[in-house]
Amino acid sequence: MEVAQVSVFLENRSGGLVEVIDVLAKHGIDMKALSLADMADFGILRLIVDDPETTRRVLKEAGFTADKTRVVAVEVPDRPGGLGETLHALRRNGINVEYMYSAARRKGESAIIIFRFDEIGRALDALRGAGVTVLDRFDPL
Amino acid sequence: MSNWNDPASGFHPWSASDYLPRPKLAELQLQRLRSTVTLAYTRVEHFRKRMTERGLAPDDIGSLADLARLPFTVKADLRDTYPFGLFACPMEEIVRLHASSGTTGRPIVVAYTQADIEVWKEVMVRAFASFGVHRGDIIQNAYGYGLFTGGLGAHYGGEALGATVIPISGGNTDRQIMLMQDFGSTVICCTPSYFLHLVERAQEEKIDFSRMRVGVFGAEPWSEAMRQRIQKDTAIRGYDIYGLSEVIGPGVGAECVQQAGLHLYEDHFFPEIIDPATGQVLPEGAEGELVLTTLSKQAMPMIRYRTRDVTTLVAEPCACGRTLRRIKRIERRSDDMFIIRGVNVFPSQVETALLKVEGTLPHYAIVLTREKGLDDIEVQVEVTPEIFSDKMRAMETLHRNLGHALEQVLGIRAKVTLVEPRTLARSEGKAKRVLDKRTI
Repeated sequence: MEVAQVSVFLENRSGGLVEVIDVLAKHGIDMKALSLADMADFGILRLIVDDPETTRRVLKEAGFTADKTRVVAVEVPDRPGGLGETLHALRRNGINVEYMYSAARRKGESAIIIFRFDEIGRALDALRGAGVTVLDRFDPL
Repeated sequence: MSNWNDPASGFHPWSASDYLPRPKLAELQLQRLRSTVTLAYTRVEHFRKRMTERGLAPDDIGSLADLARLPFTVKADLRDTYPFGLFACPMEEIVRLHASSGTTGRPIVVAYTQADIEVWKEVMVRAFASFGVHRGDIIQNAYGYGLFTGGLGAHYGGEALGATVIPISGGNTDRQIMLMQDFGSTVICCTPSYFLHLVERAQEEKIDFSRMRVGVFGAEPWSEAMRQRIQKDTAIRGYDIYGLSEVIGPGVGAECVQQAGLHLYEDHFFPEIIDPATGQVLPEGAEGELVLTTLSKQAMPMIRYRTRDVTTLVAEPCACGRTLRRIKRIERRSDDMFIIRGVNVFPSQVETALLKVEGTLPHYAIVLTREKGLDDIEVQVEVTPEIFSDKMRAMETLHRNLGHALEQVLGIRAKVTLVEPRTLARSEGKAKRVLDKRTI
């Protein structure tokens, strides 16, 4: 299963990130996972939230460019080497990871990792074939 | 009733003047030029003084070529004689005043007699007819009403044509979109940058504006690339219209359905092309500054007015059959050029570069700075959902491609900054694209 991620374009200036966070707080939007990729002049904030469409809309109304992207959320055992099993499965199948990051919270004994693939269908097959738990929806405890 | 949606059916009896044989037109022009010079000389002190200084009298104008002997009129002359110094009629004969915003100092004022209003109406009717607009069309007039000539010029022209005019004026995008949909507007008049803004909003809200078929775009320079984009994204044919308050307002010239330059209404406005540096009249076909002389205006005749608009006069016959000469689309003004590190740069060049990089809508700003005596140019480009990617690699590629395209077109390196939509002010009138922060 895929999970919808909201990506937001950010200028690299002081206070830019907090303005996005304030918009989300004002609308009672809870962030379940986030990552910030940054270059010298700009950055991309990636978020996993409950209602991506509403999130995209409120950000747009506040003057931000935001987009929805399909990503894959998997559960990996929260122990040394836990992530490696998943990455090996991907490598065996020749699947590139565009980017990945971990969720803010754990689910029981597991960590949750968000993956962005170009070939999402092949990636899902490879993960399931290797017995990796792919989350249907993003609902950490 | 014939098919309203057939652009070819647009014809108005007043369009007949568009097809005058050239010798007949020249005869009319000379007769009108002589009356205009006599009027200006006898009624306006400013013109009389300027001519007397050069030892000239109205009788010295024996041919159209003699016009080149007369001095130019520039915008400063209108400011210096503010408010009524260039009027050639007593106030009893003047029925309308318009004025500029005066962003660079004192405003300028222009006046019209009833006869002038009739001429203005006539040229606007001829302009609408050449776009294929006709009776039965619903014109959403989003040019500003008020002191600015755009709104009322298009308004009176549209009504005289027999079309339905919605005097919505500029701004208020939500209402524009609502009426566009509810009234089924078939024609829109606005600045091209505001139209792009409208289309963006209408598409977001999935508004159907498929009944709209003609866009009348003027009041600011735009490029052919921008037209191609508009015509690709929508079913609208975009036409360029030209005019300036100092001469009459919109309706000095307009494109026809060939979209190959703007026909000048030469029976009312006489064009010359000059070298902006020397003031010399340039041979036909050369690019230079457009200079206009009014041939029928009564309240405020204008002799050799320097428009600051850079263009070329095209004498070759147009496929539409009009005998009126054309000017090439005005993409720049001789005064909105800026010089950076010794290189002349026009905002239109920046636009060309941005459009070359696929998917970039032209919301941008140019910022000029100077540090330690060195000039720098920064082009801020808005990141729209169309060009945004969640992948850093794609964003870096976009950033790099924009830089390359700019360097190729400008010949100098420009810093490209990708900005959030809220950073750039949206234009609801003339777009202000250049911010010069250099202090000398």
